Amino acid sequence: MSDAANAATPAPTPAPAAAAPPTGPPKPAMPAKPQAAKAGDTRRGFFGSITAAAIGWWSFWASMAAMTLGTTRFLFYNVLAEPPNKVKIGDPRSYEDGKVTEVFKDRQIWVVRNQGKIYALNTMCTHLGCTPNWLEADKKFKCPCHGSGFYITGINFEGPAPRPLERWAIELSEDGQLVVDKSRKFQYEMGQWESKDCYFEV
Amino acid sequence: MSVGDWIKTSQVWKSIFRHPAPRDRRNRVVVMLTNVFLHLHPVSVRKSGIALSYTWCMGGLTFFLFLVETVTGVLLMFYYRPTLEHAYNDILALRDVVTLGILREIHRWGAHAMVISIWLHMYRVFLTGSYKPPREFNWGVGVILLVLTLLLSFTGYLLPWDQLAIWAITVGSNMARATPFLGHEGPGAALLNVGGVPLIHSGSDARFLLLGGKFVSGETLLRFYVLHCVAIPLAVAVLIAIHFWRVRKDGGISGAL
Repeated sequence: MSDAANAATPAPTPAPAAAAPPTGPPKPAMPAKPQAAKAGDTRRGFFGSITAAAIGWWSFWASMAAMTLGTTRFLFYNVLAEPPNKVKIGDPRSYEDGKVTEVFKDRQIWVVRNQGKIYALNTMCTHLGCTPNWLEADKKFKCPCHGSGFYITGINFEGPAPRPLERWAIELSEDGQLVVDKSRKFQYEMGQWESKDCYFEV
Repeated sequence: MSVGDWIKTSQVWKSIFRHPAPRDRRNRVVVMLTNVFLHLHPVSVRKSGIALSYTWCMGGLTFFLFLVETVTGVLLMFYYRPTLEHAYNDILALRDVVTLGILREIHRWGAHAMVISIWLHMYRVFLTGSYKPPREFNWGVGVILLVLTLLLSFTGYLLPWDQLAIWAITVGSNMARATPFLGHEGPGAALLNVGGVPLIHSGSDARFLLLGGKFVSGETLLRFYVLHCVAIPLAVAVLIAIHFWRVRKDGGISGAL
């Protein structure tokens, strides 16, 4: 539209002098030329730049927040190389009464068959977390760190341990083997050894 | 007293920030001078000097990419193990198993972009004559930084431990055979011998030192990993600090002196 104003005055330099004297009114066409007007000078330009700034900053901070959250999530492993919590320990008939089986000690399990019940003890000492040893001659679990002693049932009777050893959940799976579930544990002092889930009756 | 005032008058705030907000000329200067990071930067720069059409911001972009590579690289180090048994699988896991697997892609593309931007930075410095005295020392620092950036790319290239990586490093490191005097196939190497027994042979030359063996192996992987993650980045960080500091000392960002 500014071209229209220019088209009326083909000659550049004499144009203002020639156009001005005959008629004054045509002047208002001049302001249409927006050479000096920046985007922020008009109302539309003002709202345009505000919107652009808002979108820009919001997307910037949103991407920053998303990246921070994503990075935090990145640091949590999705796949673990750790052994699973459920451990198959074999046929119940393979366990002798009055015996402590130490085969699964590296999985933090003692399998004990005692007075017609099979239960799985947690090998962690309840004092400071060391691993006690089963002393067959003395019929007790003895912790080498501070001397805590436990009966074959897991009940503490000497040393600094404040409470009995914990028991893992145990159940018979469909294939007839016992399965120890280390995601659930049962504590004597809380009355949880009453639960059917922490022993298997032979 | 508003919460903002309460924070700004607290001992914690004042122990960190010694000066008021940089709203006037004096405080803008002291804030720059009393901050360990900002003091590397000139207190003031010429308006013409920071025009995008003049600097292309390629130096700043290269620095930004270095920071991106550092941050993403540290994150990748939590998952990557530089051993023959694990390296390749860890790279696959970084793509397929880990949440936000794009981090390795950011690291890889960032590395490509950094090589491009540092070349363009050097090109710009050449075009604007910014290597001339008193900036010739900083040009030298910049050339070392360029070489170290290329070495970062080279050492990082081996880490995925796929066929591409192994053969690229095999071919690339063969150049070290031809190092003058220090490569066993290089000029002058034959001169270094004691009574006819060569000092420089395939088990004692520059390539052997670089690879930790006569061919690319698990020792090479470990060696390149340490170079890539620790040795070269440390050298680069120190040289970047010198580079920025010398920009300030040599009369600010380039322009007519």
